[in-house]
Amino acid sequence: MSARSLVHGRGEGSGLKLDDPLSFWGGFDSASGKVIDRFHPQHGVCLSGAVLFMERGRGSSSGASVLAEAIRLATAPAAIILLDEDAIITTGALVAQMLYGIDCPVVAIRDRAEWQRLYALPRLVVEAGAEEVLFTQPQ
Amino acid sequence: MELSSADREIIDGEHGRAAADAMQLVLKFAEAVGAPRLLPCASAHVDGCLYHGQASLDFVERFVALDGRVRVPTTLNVGSVDLIHPELFIGDAALGAAGKRLMEAHVELGCTPSFTCAPYQTLLRPRFGDQLAWAESNAIVFANSVIGARTNRYGDFIDLACALTGRVPDYGLHRSEYRHARAVVEIHGFDGAEPDQAGGLAVAAGLFIGKHCGDTIAAITGLPASTSEDDLKALGAAAASSGSVAMFHAVGLTPEAPDLAGATGGLDVPVVARLGPSEIAEILATLSTVPDWAALTAVALGTPHFSLTEFDRLMPMLDLAPFAVPIYVNTGRHEWERLTTDGRAARLEAAGVTVVVDTCTYVTSIIRDLSGAVMTNSGKWAYYAPGNLGVDAAFGTLADTLHSARAGRVVRA
Repeated sequence: MSARSLVHGRGEGSGLKLDDPLSFWGGFDSASGKVIDRFHPQHGVCLSGAVLFMERGRGSSSGASVLAEAIRLATAPAAIILLDEDAIITTGALVAQMLYGIDCPVVAIRDRAEWQRLYALPRLVVEAGAEEVLFTQPQ
Repeated sequence: MELSSADREIIDGEHGRAAADAMQLVLKFAEAVGAPRLLPCASAHVDGCLYHGQASLDFVERFVALDGRVRVPTTLNVGSVDLIHPELFIGDAALGAAGKRLMEAHVELGCTPSFTCAPYQTLLRPRFGDQLAWAESNAIVFANSVIGARTNRYGDFIDLACALTGRVPDYGLHRSEYRHARAVVEIHGFDGAEPDQAGGLAVAAGLFIGKHCGDTIAAITGLPASTSEDDLKALGAAAASSGSVAMFHAVGLTPEAPDLAGATGGLDVPVVARLGPSEIAEILATLSTVPDWAALTAVALGTPHFSLTEFDRLMPMLDLAPFAVPIYVNTGRHEWERLTTDGRAARLEAAGVTVVVDTCTYVTSIIRDLSGAVMTNSGKWAYYAPGNLGVDAAFGTLADTLHSARAGRVVRA
């Protein structure tokens, strides 16, 4: 498996797949944890505590601030699993870890089949480290 | 990661605790984007002054508490309030106070209190080939495309971390091999365009490459010789609004595109579109959410911040006064100083023009009456303001906007 840990850490939650990439700036409300982009197919869905599957990032670099703020407020996803690397999402999660010591691991899986297999799981634990990324199902 | 001796000094704390702390973020970021090493950077432009919540402030205050100082010349992007004209802010007071503190904390770190999205105009003009850590989408495109300096699309947090360390990760547009065009957009039918028309064309070209080329670098051919640096600024700003454009080539106009082969590195690159006057008019029409003759409540200019040459073009148009609606012009405080000393500020005020500095009318509460449409010559303003402010927008050339301000309705010059 070709998973790369962009932000190390541990997160656990239910799998939630976004049908379109989301810009955290302008598309996500850090106070409520909900998708607020009116044009997004999952408008209104709450992302808090979920293991979020998103193909790639989108939009303004201010998304990093919005994600960091959501992690601080505990309204963010528990982990973010991307297909392609994304610098904005990575930055937001790195900074939240640095400031608040809260993990929101970010992983890029370049293998689409593996990514699809994982988001179909009802609940999973993500442990992202420098050496390897582990996905397990809680007992 | 290959580390230089200078990198190690920073990591080991020889340049202070703030630099060492920021270096950890730069290194983790570099690892995530796959950069094999760091480069020294010539300057930074920081976009952290817009308040997005407590995390924005906590990040900066962390470095203030560690006695941090930026290690390279660092300019600041717009903030949430106009510090010189605070009375213009009509938003929530607590938000205004947090936004003000955020701006001041950056200055305590040694950043230049420029509060402009166009630091390349009068303040810190990079040189060709400089490696930069710049944020703010229009400034990034301008630095890469119009100046030939090199920066990726940096943004919140990383920009300041690079400034505090003086280091930037070596990947993407820092490297020559990633700066060539991989798409061509041909424009025809504008060879003899007047300056006013060239301005509208540039916005249309920018919107098009943003939407259809995204992060693929486009080479644009056929822009008229009357295209000014201000037009290229507007092109880049529009492109970075409708797509994640970090660089374009305007063949024959920008420094890394003396000709098409120069822009593409000699590769055969596909022509993705051919745009003539009717296609350009169609693209520009999409920017207006109201029809011609709609009532206006304001005109908004200067997104990105108006340059002194744009003021040169605006001044004779003030003869159209009296204006039926207020005209707002965003600019940098350094341009504003110039206007106050040379007497233009007084003439602008007398004509009913409000000059806004340090911020921008599309991100903050400045325009008092949003009950009707607002007209602008900025593709970026027209793209974002309907979403940010919930206002209707009409797009026109600079001359269109002034004639419309006089009429109180959307008219064409």
